[in-house]
Amino acid sequence: MSWTWFHKLGSPKWFFHWSKSLALPLFGFGCICLLFGLVWGVAFAPEDYQQGNSFRIIYIHVPAAILAQSCYLALGLSGLVFLVWQMKIAPIFIKAVAPVGAVMALMALVSGAIWGKPTWGTWWVWDARLTSVLVLFLLYMGIIALQNSLNDVTLANKAVAVISVVGLINLPIIKYSVEWWNTLHQGATFTLTEKPAMPAEMWVPLLISTIGLYCLVAGLALWRMQTEILIREHRSNWVKQEVMKDGL
Amino acid sequence: MAFDNLTDFFEMGRHGVYVWSVYGFSTVSLALITWSTLSKRHQIQETLRKRFLRDKTI
Repeated sequence: MSWTWFHKLGSPKWFFHWSKSLALPLFGFGCICLLFGLVWGVAFAPEDYQQGNSFRIIYIHVPAAILAQSCYLALGLSGLVFLVWQMKIAPIFIKAVAPVGAVMALMALVSGAIWGKPTWGTWWVWDARLTSVLVLFLLYMGIIALQNSLNDVTLANKAVAVISVVGLINLPIIKYSVEWWNTLHQGATFTLTEKPAMPAEMWVPLLISTIGLYCLVAGLALWRMQTEILIREHRSNWVKQEVMKDGL
Repeated sequence: MAFDNLTDFFEMGRHGVYVWSVYGFSTVSLALITWSTLSKRHQIQETLRKRFLRDKTI
């Protein structure tokens, strides 16, 4: 297996050119998919026999929660890649994606709280699942704060990479919190091995909106990385040529 | 559609306020992060362009 792509990806210049034509199509496809999944889920999917219509919150709650965790997994792995191989693109990725991940975690928390009121009778309980997702949100905020407080780029890169890797421990806790501890929260909706415990008219739109949100976030991540690359590489010649050429 | 009419759709059987506030909050969040991403991207490009143009004229 050739590893050239891996080394190429580490170069900000190569990454910038590669990602330039990719961000808008990804983002656009994501928006369309998300909208399609949401309209299907909110207007056309059948009503839940127990929860009634409040279950329709699932079509944004689950995608946001999945994305919040996926973004963090990517952040932690990038931190690892940076600490081991000193790849230049890794800290750029962390800085670009942390705020997006924070928004996803916040969306999951807020939609969960609003869903909790009619379903459990309370906005919030300090149980394992809710608390560990709150910790995930606070980890994102910590990473953003640390990044902004350190002016020395070399130091900031390293510090943020370390905290990202350390925070990975929270992910299995979130995942298994519903199995290890007694909780009001239900188990996983999607698993790799079993069919979802709901009819297809309910889970297909959920799958579509999840894929949509993935693509939307990927598009945002590419744009944010490009911004960060331009800032960090503004002294190099290729940035000058790129900027004078115009266009996003 | 899972609803008989538009009123039912908006009321969602007494759950309307919960469902719609979630979707309102999510729409605003996604719009804000998208707007901040694109405006920063554009702003950096413009700042650098102006700087390069100025350097050329000196």
